[in-house]
Amino acid sequence: MKILVPVKRVVDYNVKVRVKKDETDVELDNVKMSMNPFDEIAVEEALRLKEKGVASEIIAISIGLSEVQETIRNALAMGADSGIFVNCTSKLEPLSVAKILTSICNKIRPDLVIMGKQAIDDDMNATGQMLSAMLNWGQATFASKLEIQDKKIKVGREIDGGIENIEVNLPAIVTTDLRLNEPRYASLPNIMKAKRKPIDEIKVEDLNIDIEPRLEILKVEEPKSREAGIMVKSVDEMIEKLKNEAKVI
Amino acid sequence: MKTLVIVDHSNNKLEKSTLNTVKAGIQLENVDLLVLSDSCKDICNELIHIKNINNIFINENDAFKNQLAEDSANFIAENFKDYTNILFSNTSNGKNIAPRLAGLLDTMIIPDVIEIVDKQTFKRPIYAGNAIATCKSKNKINIITIRSTAFEEAEISHENVGEIKEIGSLTTNNLTKYLNSELTKSERPELTSADIVVSGGRGLGSAENFQVLEKLADKLGAAMGASRAAVDAGYVPNDWQVGQTGKIVAPNLYIAVGISGAIQHLAGMKDSKVIVGINKDEEAPIFSISDYGLADDLFKAVPEMESKLN
Ligand SMILES: Cc1cc2nc3c(=O)[nH]c(=O)nc-3n(C[C@H](O)[C@H](O)[C@H](O)COP(=O)(O)OP(=O)(O)OC[C@H]3O[C@@H](n4cnc5c(N)ncnc54)[C@H](O)[C@@H]3O)c2cc1C
Repeated sequence: MKILVPVKRVVDYNVKVRVKKDETDVELDNVKMSMNPFDEIAVEEALRLKEKGVASEIIAISIGLSEVQETIRNALAMGADSGIFVNCTSKLEPLSVAKILTSICNKIRPDLVIMGKQAIDDDMNATGQMLSAMLNWGQATFASKLEIQDKKIKVGREIDGGIENIEVNLPAIVTTDLRLNEPRYASLPNIMKAKRKPIDEIKVEDLNIDIEPRLEILKVEEPKSREAGIMVKSVDEMIEKLKNEAKVI
Repeated sequence: MKTLVIVDHSNNKLEKSTLNTVKAGIQLENVDLLVLSDSCKDICNELIHIKNINNIFINENDAFKNQLAEDSANFIAENFKDYTNILFSNTSNGKNIAPRLAGLLDTMIIPDVIEIVDKQTFKRPIYAGNAIATCKSKNKINIITIRSTAFEEAEISHENVGEIKEIGSLTTNNLTKYLNSELTKSERPELTSADIVVSGGRGLGSAENFQVLEKLADKLGAAMGASRAAVDAGYVPNDWQVGQTGKIVAPNLYIAVGISGAIQHLAGMKDSKVIVGINKDEEAPIFSISDYGLADDLFKAVPEMESKLN
């Protein structure tokens, strides 16, 4: 079984992002970048399926400028077998990413695509579902448990009311939620080994896909800030404030 | 210009967020509703009282009982292509179905909208709400999910307003099958629409200790929430998680107990009207967004607070 894992390079989750003065974007110069945490969970899950003998091959893919190859290397250092780097200099949105991935899936025919449920930069939560629609595959979003049986995959999904269990025929798309697993760290020997693993480069122009963005970003601004609060000294004071000042209890 | 609002429900109980989504839809004009369910009657009885809507389309089919994305998205794509806007609530159903529909219709989804600037321009939070992006859509069909806490509820009238019409037929999918659900049972108000939310974090230390907080919540008639750390540690169920990747809440009062205030947590609750932080570390970031902060041990402060409320 072949698993494709798309990985995205994003601002590290520990960074407090700031809006640029000209309000065109957030500040991305000299900011620490990492693999999207949900994608790390996706890589980890693929690795576990390989360790169980269910999967035989794991391919990590990333789309963007040449820096995204670092993110592919991270996935290789965690244990993925090979990488695909889709060289693309234009701005991407989930619709275009899903189209590119569709084209790649039609070429390499994975049995399963595991990907993050959302990227923590644009918080879209869309690419996996769009890709499933384009491929006409089943989708199991927000997965917190996953089990493969024959040509099917059983997935526990985190939904608003609890957990929902569904069964999806393979090939399928799974999007990961936080509690699916805890990703491993790449060990030093594996980081060294990853340097020799192959990364295929594809130029996005060669795929002949319309990737013109449909959403134009007019402005990126700071959210409204809250008025400064106060520290109270005791529970009595807290209750008094909530009752008489805030009037919320 | 026509706007379709997909009615969200679970087990044929109307999700309240639908009313917020309708309110957003009314800003875009000509709202019709669509109910996909195995039994639409109870839901429709509520929907017919919503002001300023036109048609209520329904399709009753056993396959819609569990709202699999494959079925719902196919059905909507086949029957409602001529609409200008299709709106979902940003619930787990909406997040599951709407992007699939957008993929089928070759349109870029506009998720988690908090403000409609004009008919093609929308505001949405990015980077865990640390920035707000204004996006102008070049889509022919806008598929939008609405953050319910950013819109009021649609008005309700005493008369019957909408007209109910059956529509379409479904060819069920053979890709995905629903098995079962493990739903969290609770007598408390629903987290995303509650007036007061009491939330606990890793500071609680165990599932048993959460009872201290639950007592306070019950005294206040509040819903319970939690940080990711508390859920990951298994203290409480996953559907209590508030944050960037959990639920978004904006109650009148949010009480954060034993929660440090990581940006991912703040993303889910910083639009609450009044925020209370209780944490023994007076440097905890939660205090920077609290209206009222109390630096104290929660195991002392929370029981005291509970006993002093009447
Ligand atoms: C991709 C990603 C997504 C995430 N999504 C979310 C999300 O949606 N929601 C979310 O909440 N987090 C999310 N997180 C996690 C987030 O970064 C934090 O790790 C998490 O919110 C911390 O939870 P906490 O505040 O309960 O725990 P901690 O940060 O460990 O804080 C515990 C607090 O309890 C206090 N405390 C301890 N004992 C006591 C006591 N006796 N009395 C009073 N105070 C006490 C401590 O002083 C401390 O401030 C996400 C992280 C990532 C990487």
